[in-house]
Amino acid sequence: MTKQNIIELKDIFVSFGDEKVLDGLNLDIRDKEFITLLGPSGCGKTTTLRIIAGFLDADSGEVVFESKNINGVPSYKRQVNTIFQRYALFPHLNVYENVAFGLRVKKLKENEIKEIVTEMLHLVNLDGFEKRNISTLSGGQQQRVAIARAIANKPKVLLLDEPLAALDLKLRKDMQKELRRIQRQLGITFVFVTHDQEEALTMSDRVVVMNKGKIQQIGTPQDIYNEPENAFVADFIGESNILDGIMRDDFVAEFSGHVFDCLDKGFDKNENVDVVVRPEDVDIVAPEKGMLKGVVTSVDFLGVHYEIIVDIGGFKWMIQTTDECFVGDNVGLFIEPDAIHIMKKSEYSGLYGDYSTYSEEMEHLSDVESEDDDE
Amino acid sequence: MNKKSFGSRIVAAPYIVWAAIFIIVPLVIVAYFAFTDANGAFALSNFAQIGKYKKAFGLSILYAVIATIITLFIAYPMAYFMTKLKISNQRMIMMLIMLPMWMNFLIRTYSWITILANTGLINKFLTWIGIGQVQLINTPGAVILGMVYDFIPYMILPIYTAMSKIDNSLLEAASDLGSNSWSRIRRVIMPLSLPGVISGITMVFVPSVSTFYISQKLGGNKDMLIGDAIEYLFNTGSQYYNVASTLSLILMVLILVCTLIMNRFSDDEEAVVL
Repeated sequence: MTKQNIIELKDIFVSFGDEKVLDGLNLDIRDKEFITLLGPSGCGKTTTLRIIAGFLDADSGEVVFESKNINGVPSYKRQVNTIFQRYALFPHLNVYENVAFGLRVKKLKENEIKEIVTEMLHLVNLDGFEKRNISTLSGGQQQRVAIARAIANKPKVLLLDEPLAALDLKLRKDMQKELRRIQRQLGITFVFVTHDQEEALTMSDRVVVMNKGKIQQIGTPQDIYNEPENAFVADFIGESNILDGIMRDDFVAEFSGHVFDCLDKGFDKNENVDVVVRPEDVDIVAPEKGMLKGVVTSVDFLGVHYEIIVDIGGFKWMIQTTDECFVGDNVGLFIEPDAIHIMKKSEYSGLYGDYSTYSEEMEHLSDVESEDDDE
Repeated sequence: MNKKSFGSRIVAAPYIVWAAIFIIVPLVIVAYFAFTDANGAFALSNFAQIGKYKKAFGLSILYAVIATIITLFIAYPMAYFMTKLKISNQRMIMMLIMLPMWMNFLIRTYSWITILANTGLINKFLTWIGIGQVQLINTPGAVILGMVYDFIPYMILPIYTAMSKIDNSLLEAASDLGSNSWSRIRRVIMPLSLPGVISGITMVFVPSVSTFYISQKLGGNKDMLIGDAIEYLFNTGSQYYNVASTLSLILMVLILVCTLIMNRFSDDEEAVVL
């Protein structure tokens, strides 16, 4: 897949006061791809989007669009359109006029405008809504109007700033599929911003994981999930047990007092590393058959599987299993070589991946917090 | 209509009594005088006399319209630029606009006499630079200037309030859809600030059309406005109360009609496409 880059961000720095919002960001966005900027609140993802849209100028760095530097080009001259977090529909205009807004600015003929608006409303399944007042629409319908309004201008790149955050779960799932369909149908580049890792994984061709104004990892959803580059990525995307380990040799790692075969190589001999084991990749076996032995300290039934916490020498592992266990059981853990992923030590080592303070409630609380406004 | 509870009626009672005594009763008295002659008998003769005041009505409306238009053209850009400032500066300018309103209206009007008079500040300056004395006071221009000066805060405040309520993301959206700054003003800011403009126009036009003091002090009684006529009649003697009341009543009806037209305009605007 050697597609051309449509947007290149080169060495972008942005600060608000003393706070560094973007810290030397480099990002190439390929033509016609669905790329997602993923990260917690305040990681700089929305700021990145605003720089591409032209609402914000970087302190330093270069924004390149189709091989031309567009630093300082105002947003109304850029061939990108944005879908805003709260839609920003014009309250004084009806659905038709909202969608027609950009076309009227371009001074298209009335019959051309009518044709495009009708086509766009059809594309987002809002046929017959032309005369409706914005305030009479539901959140999902407003979302669709916002999409129609943005794509009516035939942008080369569509920027989406957490567009689904305000919708309920069911509607969000539907809109994820819709957006994907619209992106394929139009064949344009989508740059999507979200803090929801599941959304990022399901929708994107490539995911950009960001934290503290820096890109942590860029890759396909599979890469990001299976080969996280550091403890932050491993923890942010899905659930992970992250342990201190030592690379004894290529394909040999030691952690939790046991030597494991693995598939990773290229580390120094006896290099200290972070080891990631996903909860669903661990098999629960009888204690005598396990590579590691521990005691179950908590069991939650989640329908598809049980989520259990196992204490192994003071480190609490999260394991997802379909076998029923009870608190206090002695169990063994069996880990296949391909379940082990080795990462270089980073500034995030030791911060994540231990479930000793884990509780459902805490997880829920921290999610709510991260849904608060970005930047 | 939802049924009001007994308690809420009790609470509202003093206000209803107040409104009855100080609003309804005086209106009834004005109407009574307007439809009676000096002896208290029912008569429409007062209405026969209003022909004499045609010019005063016409001038009042003309001056008020001109003053309102000038006020709008000064206040609108001013309110717009205010919303572009830092919040602290916005507050300061707001304070400066309000400050003269705390001073007595008569004193503010008097101060213009000393500025515009034949020996006033401006003429002294014009004489000094060699242009010579220009008649400023006792002209229609001075009257309109006085109206604009006295009533401009009532135009700025509602427009500013309406503009500062416009969500910045709407302006970003307009820009995103290809609007440059002028197009943003025309397509987003103007239609969304229209309610403020309507109330500003009403709040400037109504006092302008009925003012009497400004025209006397700055217009030199040359052109009598309807407010002056009413004041003159009431001051002249009780036999003129009836005609004066008739004029007041007609002025009120005129203002009411203007206000209704204005409100109709603002209601329609929501459906009208710019």
